[in-house]
Amino acid sequence: MAMHDSGKRPWTFWFFAAFFVLFVIFLYGPMFVVYLLSFQGEGGGLTFPMNGVSTHWFGELVNPESRSGDIASSFQRSLGLGAMVAAITVFLSVAAGLGFRRRFLGSGVLFYIAIASLIMPGLFVGLGVNVFFSVLGWEPDWTTSGLGSQLTWTLPFGLLIMFAVLGRFNRSYEEAATDLGATPWQRLREVTLPILLPGIIGVALFGFTLSYDEFPRTVLTSGTENTLPITIWAMTTNVTSPALYALGTVTTLVSFAVVGTALGSIALISRRRRGGDST
Amino acid sequence: MALLLIFFFFIPVLVVIAVSFFDYQDGSIVEAFIWDNYRDVFTSAVTITEYANSLKFAAIVWALTLLIGFNVAYFLVFHVRGVLLQIGLFLVCTVPFWTSNIIRMISWLPVLGKNGLINSALIKLGIINTPLEFLLYSDFAVVVGYVHLFTLFMVVPIFNSMARIDRSLLEAARDAGAGRFRIVYEIVLPLSKTGIALGTIFVVTQVMGDFFVVKVMSGGQSTSVVSALYNQVAALQYPPAAASAVCLLAVVTLMVAGILRVVDVRKQLAS
Repeated sequence: MAMHDSGKRPWTFWFFAAFFVLFVIFLYGPMFVVYLLSFQGEGGGLTFPMNGVSTHWFGELVNPESRSGDIASSFQRSLGLGAMVAAITVFLSVAAGLGFRRRFLGSGVLFYIAIASLIMPGLFVGLGVNVFFSVLGWEPDWTTSGLGSQLTWTLPFGLLIMFAVLGRFNRSYEEAATDLGATPWQRLREVTLPILLPGIIGVALFGFTLSYDEFPRTVLTSGTENTLPITIWAMTTNVTSPALYALGTVTTLVSFAVVGTALGSIALISRRRRGGDST
Repeated sequence: MALLLIFFFFIPVLVVIAVSFFDYQDGSIVEAFIWDNYRDVFTSAVTITEYANSLKFAAIVWALTLLIGFNVAYFLVFHVRGVLLQIGLFLVCTVPFWTSNIIRMISWLPVLGKNGLINSALIKLGIINTPLEFLLYSDFAVVVGYVHLFTLFMVVPIFNSMARIDRSLLEAARDAGAGRFRIVYEIVLPLSKTGIALGTIFVVTQVMGDFFVVKVMSGGQSTSVVSALYNQVAALQYPPAAASAVCLLAVVTLMVAGILRVVDVRKQLAS
């Protein structure tokens, strides 16, 4: 903060501040429009003006006779899948992150496969898994092929986050634990993992949200039962009512809740830690 | 992890490459070894337009996201006082990343549409009489969509690089009489190079691999490489889809390799 710490703000500050505000409006503006429009009155359409205010379209979502398909069960599938992906991503990323601190046979290759997997166009992965499953004679299903193709996307993310987290990790804590007679298992469970906990929560957050909203990898691999993003995708082509916006509002609220919980718990942990340091 | 990646990533890629040489008939795959699929890809005028389209989008979106991303990151790193505020504003930029891309795309429809916010506002103000047609279902809308979704991928790595720049360098430059723009151009820009490269890789690969933004925002008028691929898969023409996917993969790999040649990204990832 040394650069402009004292005195008046230069004119460039106001320029950049205005730029930043515009960017944030650009980022959030349309989303708020959708939240507003999802409370559109019963006779209202897809655009402004609002024709009264109602929660009619939210009711439409759970109404089994509406045209929008079986939203509740695809919602459940997405939540379940997100939880599975998050759990597997956390477990494997932490293990791999710890493992990568030492060079091992094939570590370079694995690193590059992970990076390649990260930047690979999603539909390509989906197509590959889809064809591979049909070669093996397996039915694609969201719990197998869907799960797998999502992991090719979340695992590299998790791995990179673990690299960043472990880069700041002080190994002398582990050495101290060993010197005090901890077994490797005790050391992992009582020293390493608690210290890394905020990072691990971050990995879980990425795992869940990336899976929860994932579309291109899942669309060809989810089999006959759709996840929520695919249902939404189908809705964009055949549902022309604000129910679509209502669904958008609901899933965004879920995302926000997950993000809020994760960030909140990270903040709580680091505050408690800082408090512990000062006493 | 290695096994999972190999099973769900590495082998499927190989399978796609293999299938790209197969023949197909009435929606089923026939084992063969033919180059026809590739010949079709390279000789069809449609494919050329698709690639030109995708590359055009990638170039425009890259330039815009770089411009916006650099400025936003610069503001956050060098102008915002106080770490808490900095983290807070950074989170403001990143939270949309954790929400659904599809919903974020759909939310542009009531803004840009014919009776949408922008058009009604302009008409009410008397600036235009008839709604602007180019706002939605056009290349313009596609670019807006991409920039909206992917600027974040620029902001985060550039922010990361900039945050590591030693402030005393900037002060030294100022003491030596360098102006504001010279400092940015000669110190901040070169030192943010790895961040820019990482962001570029993300943005370019995302744009090249996208199909639903093109579909939603152009209303089916524009095609990209992947949206054509998706249509082929929907028509059960797996071998030509696979051939086109392999070509796309080759193009993307070349682009990434080119970027990596210019900037050593691993240095930043590893540290």
